[in-house]
Amino acid sequence: MDFFHVIVVLLESTIRVSVPLIFAALAGLFTERAGIFDIGLEGKMLGAAFAAGAVAAITQSVWLGLLAAILISVALSLVHGYASITQRGNQIVSGVAINFIVAGSTVILGEAWFRQGGRTPALAEGARFQTINFPFADTIREVPFIGPIYADLLSGHFILTYLAFAMVPLSWWILYRTRFGLRLRAVGENPGAVDTAGISVIWMRYRAVICCGILCGFAGAYLSLAMTAGFVKGMTAGKGYIALAALIFAKWRPFNIMLACLLFGFLDAFAIRLQGNPLPLIGQVPVQLMQALPYILTVILLAGFIGKAIPPKAGGVPYVKER
Amino acid sequence: MSNPYAKLPGWVEYGLVPLVNLAVAFLVAGLVVLLVGENPLEAAYHLINGAFGRGEYIGFTLYYATTFIFTGLAVAVAFHAGLFNIGGEGQAYVGGIGVALACLWLDQTMPWFVVFPLAIIGSALFGAAWAFLPGWLQAKRGSHIVITTIMFNFIASSLMVYLLTRVLKPLGSMSPQTRTFAEGGQLPKLDWLLGIFGLDIGTAPFNVSFLLALVAAFGVWLLIWRTKLGYEMRTMGHSPSAARYAGMSESRITVITMMISGALAGMMALNPIMGEQGRMQLDFVQGAGFVGIAVALMGRSHPAGIIPAAVLFGVLYQGGAEISFEMPSISRDMIVIIQGLVILFAGALENMFRPAITRLFSTSSRRAAVVAQTKGA
Repeated sequence: MDFFHVIVVLLESTIRVSVPLIFAALAGLFTERAGIFDIGLEGKMLGAAFAAGAVAAITQSVWLGLLAAILISVALSLVHGYASITQRGNQIVSGVAINFIVAGSTVILGEAWFRQGGRTPALAEGARFQTINFPFADTIREVPFIGPIYADLLSGHFILTYLAFAMVPLSWWILYRTRFGLRLRAVGENPGAVDTAGISVIWMRYRAVICCGILCGFAGAYLSLAMTAGFVKGMTAGKGYIALAALIFAKWRPFNIMLACLLFGFLDAFAIRLQGNPLPLIGQVPVQLMQALPYILTVILLAGFIGKAIPPKAGGVPYVKER
Repeated sequence: MSNPYAKLPGWVEYGLVPLVNLAVAFLVAGLVVLLVGENPLEAAYHLINGAFGRGEYIGFTLYYATTFIFTGLAVAVAFHAGLFNIGGEGQAYVGGIGVALACLWLDQTMPWFVVFPLAIIGSALFGAAWAFLPGWLQAKRGSHIVITTIMFNFIASSLMVYLLTRVLKPLGSMSPQTRTFAEGGQLPKLDWLLGIFGLDIGTAPFNVSFLLALVAAFGVWLLIWRTKLGYEMRTMGHSPSAARYAGMSESRITVITMMISGALAGMMALNPIMGEQGRMQLDFVQGAGFVGIAVALMGRSHPAGIIPAAVLFGVLYQGGAEISFEMPSISRDMIVIIQGLVILFAGALENMFRPAITRLFSTSSRRAAVVAQTKGA
């Protein structure tokens, strides 16, 4: 029973750390499927987290915080879009630039506005997301097996957590079952064909970039309004890159993305749990190895040793209309 | 249609366009300073004064510049072959192992001029080795170099934490760093070089690796524009299909280019480890690998551009410290913003002002042509 309890706790924290990864990786899915590489997930998430923390602290409203997160993230996405779609600049360079600008300005502005060493003030109850408890969660908890699963795993999460998992089938539906999704994927594979069909490649790609901004906004808001009560400088701590790794690991498919994010989240939760404890059969595993595992797995996958990850064909290439 | 913009005179292409982009980046940075409620002109004054005001400040500026010359060259070499090496950070970090090993081995018995060459070779080897896998994976397995080098940055960071907390740390010590090297593991300062200009370098760690950086810059120029390999790299960078038709081996060039790039990034480790700290610490790279991207973009991947660009970032790092001292609301993170803005305007948006500048020059040259014609008639 004790072992079972450990598993439930582990899975619960897996879900908690996976949520921002799922949002960010789905965000990357929209742009990359439209043929725009996005290294800037990290920066957008960080910017959104800061905007959410700052606005929620000032207005004491969690929803205004969320809105601010989405607005800032979309604005940053549009900068990336302008550089890589309109100006046909290098998309990777643009993403790197956004990461730096956000990393610096969140600290500078946070310090100037709140004077708490780059933090935003700790948020009160009404200014952050509360966990939602399913009906009868406490009464069922005592029931063996089903009880803990219902009470701890399914119930007791934030609304954004449920939204993240709902976004997975929704993104699949948008990308694979709507006209918008078909065109978006086509723009990432063969923009010339889409152009010939009389659809604007530019406008299609801009819409993809906006979708990405909205989802990154959710990811950032989750970090500063749900996972913790306020913004802490550099709080994304490489999550944007892990999300990017998950996106590739999932071979640019929505349901695989959820699984990859849960796997990487599990490794993260497991590494924290493991700290110093030896593993049965294997013995002592350095924490650093566990931390590096998502990246190592992604490299192995990219190398084609676990299946093959084939990126969208037109990815990274700006579209130039033929004259 | 690969280059939709008209050809501009050389000084416009390599001088004016980057300067305009740079000026815009600084204007936007000035707006951020305004937003924080400080005077941008005052900040600029502290920046310049902090970077050049005293011999010691200049020493620090050039110390930082040394680091950025290495990482900038690393990114530039890869750019020439059409590769984006975002992994300079990890390669420099791992390169530190080579430096540390050479120093730990010989510092107590040998003078610095024996240890230094070995440390150079060590740093270059380790840096190159860390870049080899991403290069090889791109060449042979088709995995995207940007993604793999990013992943390798994170793997390097975990690896180094492991090595510094478990392996390279002296017994009984708590802090994650190697022991402090004896005299043989510390590079002499270049106080005489600034002394020529009557400047006192003070405590600034401006050291011999600066000269190595200049040599490396010259070496990169030789390699890119005066050797067969450099020609092949540039061919591949301009047109991979042309390179293939000419019978050049894409995978060979990719792997070699990445290894040279990694070696240059790795050599950056000499400056902080042997030149300043006298030991290897956690996180000694401090983002220099990423600064290299900005430096290479601004210097247009040419050593003659990279050196001034590196000095500019040296100014930002050293002068930025002075700003944060004088104006507490502007911390050193301001540098990170400026760095990002430079990457944005000199890199991703490099063509934003080009149409306007082109128009300016085509009209003026046309007018000049008309004037010449009328004179002739």
